[in-house]
Amino acid sequence: MEEGTNPEMEHPAFEPKIVAFCCNWCSYAGADLAGTTRLQYPANVRIIRVMCSGRVDPAFVLKAFSLGADGVIVAGCHPSDCHYINGNEKTAMRGIFLSEFLEDAGLEPQRFRVEWIAGSEGQKFADVVKKMVAELQTLGPIAEESA
Amino acid sequence: MSSPEPLEERAPEGPKTPPAKDSMTPRIGVFVCHCGSNIAGTVDVSKVREAAEKVPGVVVAKENKYTCSDLGQEEIIKAVKENDVNRVVVAACSPRMHEPTFRSCIQEAGLNPYMLQMVNVREQCSWVHSKEKDRATEKAVDLVRMGIAKAEKLVPLEAREVPVEQSSLVIGGGVAGIQAALDLAQMGFKVFVVESEPSIGGRMAQLDKTFPTGDCAICILAPKMVELARHPNITLLSYSEVEDVSGFIGNYSVKVRRKARYVVEDKCVGCGVCADACPVKVDNKFDMGFGKRKAIYVPFPQAVPLKYTIDKDNCIHFKTGKCKACLKACANEAIDHEMEDEMVELKVGTIICATGFDIYVPMKRGVYKYWEYQNVITGLELERLLNASGPTGGHLIRPSDGESPKRVAFIQCVGSRNKKIGNDYCSRVCCMYSMKNAQIIKEHEPDTEIAVYYNDIRAFGKGFEELYHRVREEYGIEFIRGRPAKLSEDSETNSITIRAEETLLNKITEREFDLIVLSTGLQPSEGSKRIGKILSLSLSPDGFFQEAHPKLRPVDTAVDGIYLAGCAQGPKDIPDSVAQAKAAAASAASIMAGKKVKIEPLTASINEELCIGCGLCVEMCPYGAPEIVETDNGTKAKVVEALCHGCGTCVAACPQKAITANQFTDEQIASEIVSALGGMEGTNGKARKPAKKAEEA
Repeated sequence: MEEGTNPEMEHPAFEPKIVAFCCNWCSYAGADLAGTTRLQYPANVRIIRVMCSGRVDPAFVLKAFSLGADGVIVAGCHPSDCHYINGNEKTAMRGIFLSEFLEDAGLEPQRFRVEWIAGSEGQKFADVVKKMVAELQTLGPIAEESA
Repeated sequence: MSSPEPLEERAPEGPKTPPAKDSMTPRIGVFVCHCGSNIAGTVDVSKVREAAEKVPGVVVAKENKYTCSDLGQEEIIKAVKENDVNRVVVAACSPRMHEPTFRSCIQEAGLNPYMLQMVNVREQCSWVHSKEKDRATEKAVDLVRMGIAKAEKLVPLEAREVPVEQSSLVIGGGVAGIQAALDLAQMGFKVFVVESEPSIGGRMAQLDKTFPTGDCAICILAPKMVELARHPNITLLSYSEVEDVSGFIGNYSVKVRRKARYVVEDKCVGCGVCADACPVKVDNKFDMGFGKRKAIYVPFPQAVPLKYTIDKDNCIHFKTGKCKACLKACANEAIDHEMEDEMVELKVGTIICATGFDIYVPMKRGVYKYWEYQNVITGLELERLLNASGPTGGHLIRPSDGESPKRVAFIQCVGSRNKKIGNDYCSRVCCMYSMKNAQIIKEHEPDTEIAVYYNDIRAFGKGFEELYHRVREEYGIEFIRGRPAKLSEDSETNSITIRAEETLLNKITEREFDLIVLSTGLQPSEGSKRIGKILSLSLSPDGFFQEAHPKLRPVDTAVDGIYLAGCAQGPKDIPDSVAQAKAAAASAASIMAGKKVKIEPLTASINEELCIGCGLCVEMCPYGAPEIVETDNGTKAKVVEALCHGCGTCVAACPQKAITANQFTDEQIASEIVSALGGMEGTNGKARKPAKKAEEA
């Protein structure tokens, strides 16, 4: 499917569903900070808390896509800031593998992101969600053949 | 316990909580919190409750005005008992806020405390979608469904109880570290104080007087420094660095590098004969470069410990091997040029991080020309020039010609409240230290003309406003509201003209001064960044260490057993640093006094039947928790529970799915994913079917 040619696009109210796996120490805390500072972002994301982004089995990401997620975020601490020394390094490696795999399967690269969001980066969390929602709205739902 | 779940076989230590009804068919109780209007103002709580009621397995669903209140908790206990509930879902604030509260609540109701699932409908829903009420409600319903799905799969866990080392590590020997150490030592705990500089005392030791009372800083600090060094419960490791920290609350192992002083501490009596003999003179960092010291030195006369240190980078012996002046001079044979760094290992139960701050250094090409004009100095440099034991004996001079300045200007908010350089925050001490220093200058030289260029005056502490009035009315200090735009130097006299917009007069003025003092702010210290990584502490947006909760846990960190004191947590003045140090000491003591502490059972465990002993988990683990062992059934991996931190990285990597992460099992996370997407509306909400493939073919 080419960008922008999706017939679903004509439907103005396409609201993509995004599953975000957030590590307890940085990204989940960042998402909490977005709340305490009352930053607003679209209600399209469902956060699943894990202790470390390194806990996110690539199978979880695939499962989310196969069940109908339009986008998946795996978010962890910044490189070298991992609460568990280097769990996020494993996330980074799995992220590269997953991105390639998903692209091979026909998914647009914008649908899967690995993000580093610190506990102090409420704004970044909100921005990442906003950006992804906008991109997915442009892309529309996943083409059936790639699912 | 008779559940089929393998997790329950893990033998816990300590007293068991009644497992009672936990493992039966799920009977879930859902409690949705209004949080006053925090949640209910955006999310239709009744709708959420109604949706929860319809989910199979839910036997009771209630709304509470404030679930965390006594009343709310009582309602949970009552509902659990009346409805035979064995799993509880609380949809309220972030689990990072109240999870412990509700765990104890359901424990009181007779349930295992880990049969609780929190759903975050405040920080991650109502507060971030306050303008989209319908969608926020829809999201809250989804989140609650996800929570219920996970709750269904919960299994009881037992917290491990471990003994707590009756000792504490204090990192940083400034006033905060000193106070925390003294308090803990006084309570009877063993304390190790690690300070990277040759002497304790920190920034406070550099100050002349303290605001607003005018007490001499070193006069009130030195007795505490001496008391620390003499206290039988305190071991002072000065000129040392924390290199590594491992372990967990109650049981930290700390590696400390004792940097080579090249002077044997036990033999040095601090007489200073060596320094008299030393031919090398270098800038004294303690005097902000204004004074000189020798290559063998104590940073200031009141140093504790009063032991000399050789500055290797400037010592002739280390450069050429030709000088032995200090060695010859020392009658006690304390000099040892062959000395090497030494590693010390400590066992402590708690850690207090008091790593302090650095002074903001003005920009190289900034408008205030700090690096170009000699007569532009910082507030801390002024402190040293005013200090009786400073490089000028307390006589204020201007650096260009050593004359005493007749006209002095202070420029406020340098390096603070400045978005351009990323320091958005107020440093909290600059207004007051400038007033205090202005007052001291006037006391030394009453004819000096002094002006303070400010944006806002923040005189918020006890006695601060009074000082503000005093310096204006009694001392005639002029306060000019406006940020200087340009400084230019007269090349002959080295005096400096400030061009500024005086915003109260609404006009641009130019005035000449002999000396400009930049009231530089506070920023996180370089050393604290390194320590933060070692301790796994998070930073707040300002770069200082983040407290566990800004209001209710201001000295705790997200890491159990590690506390913050002083400016490591954010800019503060001396009384606030001391108060926080006392609070940190009390927090650390409350853990150690208990002798035992409960450790969250969020560890990994291996199902031996599935394990093929490939060792991938061993490779993945940053803590060396899994190990390969030979068993009757072949080569298997086994997790050493005490080493496991529960990150779950090994679980995600295991090709056999043989590892379980407590409270975050594959099954639990999968059920969350399913219900996160099951609740969707429209085409994208439906699970995609592979049926389409057949069509294509």
